[in-house]
Amino acid sequence: MKVLVTVKEVAEPDDDFAIEGTDIAEADLEYDLNEWDDYAVEAAVQLAEAGIADEVVAVTIGPERSEETIRMALAKGADRAVRVWDDAFEAGFADVAAKVTTFEAVVEAEEPDLILGGVQAADTGFGATGVALAERIGFEHAAVVNDLDIDADAGVAQVHRELEGGVEELTDVDLPAVLTVQTGLNEPRYASLRGIRQAQRKEIDATDLADLGLTADDVASALEITSMYEPESESDAEILEGDAGESAARLAEVLRDKGVSA
Amino acid sequence: MSDVLVVAEHRRGEIRDVSYEAITAGRELADARDGDLHLAVVSGDVEQFADDLNRKGVDAIHTVANGEEFDHNVYQASVERLLGETDAGAVVIPNSVNGLDYAPAVAEASDLPLVTDAVGFEYDDGMTVTREMYGSKVETTVDVTGDRFVLTVRGGEWAPAEGVGDAAVGAVDVDHPESGARVTGFEEVAGGDVDIADADVLVSVGRGIDEEENLEVVEELADALGATLSASRPIVDNGWLPKNRQVGQSGKVVTPDVYIAVGISGAVQHVAGMKGSDTIVAINTDPNAPIFDIADYGIVGDLFDVVPELVDEFA
Repeated sequence: MKVLVTVKEVAEPDDDFAIEGTDIAEADLEYDLNEWDDYAVEAAVQLAEAGIADEVVAVTIGPERSEETIRMALAKGADRAVRVWDDAFEAGFADVAAKVTTFEAVVEAEEPDLILGGVQAADTGFGATGVALAERIGFEHAAVVNDLDIDADAGVAQVHRELEGGVEELTDVDLPAVLTVQTGLNEPRYASLRGIRQAQRKEIDATDLADLGLTADDVASALEITSMYEPESESDAEILEGDAGESAARLAEVLRDKGVSA
Repeated sequence: MSDVLVVAEHRRGEIRDVSYEAITAGRELADARDGDLHLAVVSGDVEQFADDLNRKGVDAIHTVANGEEFDHNVYQASVERLLGETDAGAVVIPNSVNGLDYAPAVAEASDLPLVTDAVGFEYDDGMTVTREMYGSKVETTVDVTGDRFVLTVRGGEWAPAEGVGDAAVGAVDVDHPESGARVTGFEEVAGGDVDIADADVLVSVGRGIDEEENLEVVEELADALGATLSASRPIVDNGWLPKNRQVGQSGKVVTPDVYIAVGISGAVQHVAGMKGSDTIVAINTDPNAPIFDIADYGIVGDLFDVVPELVDEFA
């Protein structure tokens, strides 16, 4: 079985950040592997270690800088990686359909049996690419998976979907399928030094839209971000000032007033 | 194409609150588009559900009786059928776990733009959606090309629809593909020995604690205050505390007299589980952390400095 894992480099703003135009200033952003995708990578690597997956391929849509992130997936055990980028993506905000069109072309080339990805990306938080991709390529799907067991002989993924309010739905999903993964599914490993060294030698296939038989028009976005701003705080919190001792003493007073005591 | 279609959500025989909120959002959008509000309710006891959902502002309710519980194929087929049969060009779906399990497929199959997790919108000549990015640190406005789209709306952002409506109710029979995803049951997350929902005082710990060993710091505080220890999602994901201690959308909803959030930034999923607490105290190094927006009292500082001092105060 071949497993494709969609991963994304996500940007995280510093505590203090400036907004420039419709995005956060580049200098105030740090980049990392999307937390949800980290769990998807771990799930895929565990399937390989269990002898269920023969090959784990990580795929990302991202600029050259994101190779650093995708190497984390390789260092953790993915066999190779595909990185798609094109000037067309520089121009604006890629909507779900644009990403799906890109991934569809990669799926056609790779022919995976199972696709895993995070349920959402920490930066844009759309939570939609995996399910939309499944629809496009005719795979089954399940969103927000927090437990996964593959019965390869039966061609079924037995999953738990984490519903709201502490309830899990148990579902059998026929393969091939796209599963979007919730945090807590497993314990993502740290990349070992050996893994990091090996990752340097693994292949990252950098490709563009033309290589995939696509044009900029194919990934034109129906969405445009028109403004970005810091939300006005509706806070009426009383901030307890002072050094740690002083603020703690003030808080203790508040708590005693509320009847808190051991 | 000015009508709006809202899809209701229910679980185990009960309409979920997000359905009534989605009706309000849908009515707002239908007014702006000068159109009608259609409502779909799919699977289960649809006649009873239609009764419950017949609130003011709903013009038509379409019931689809196929199936008992959520099946994304049935939901998707129902929405596609109603898009074809009504004049609705905009679809409003709750931004829930199940909403995210079929809304993207509906948008993809019908070739409609999709915007998820809306916290607001304005519709004038076209649709502009307000949503958050970067873990709620910023808000953005997003313009949607064209007049037809799928929108998922965040829970708690619109008031639930009220009042008794007089919508016409009609049944729709939907052909849907045999499901390649079959629900085999439900499981409650184990309750364990402690029910955090019963506690009067909760000391709740989040990502700011950094290491499992550091839990001791907040355990001492909970002891000193006679409080129960709870946590936000990352602590439970890391296996540092059991799942029955998790506060939030996918964990427990708690309403203690006092909730002390230690090193918790206040992601929307967490806030959904604790905003009903009487008094909320936040201790966090980041003065912009969203937790301060809902806190009554806040200390901007390092929990490793503040918490031991607080323990001393109660020693």
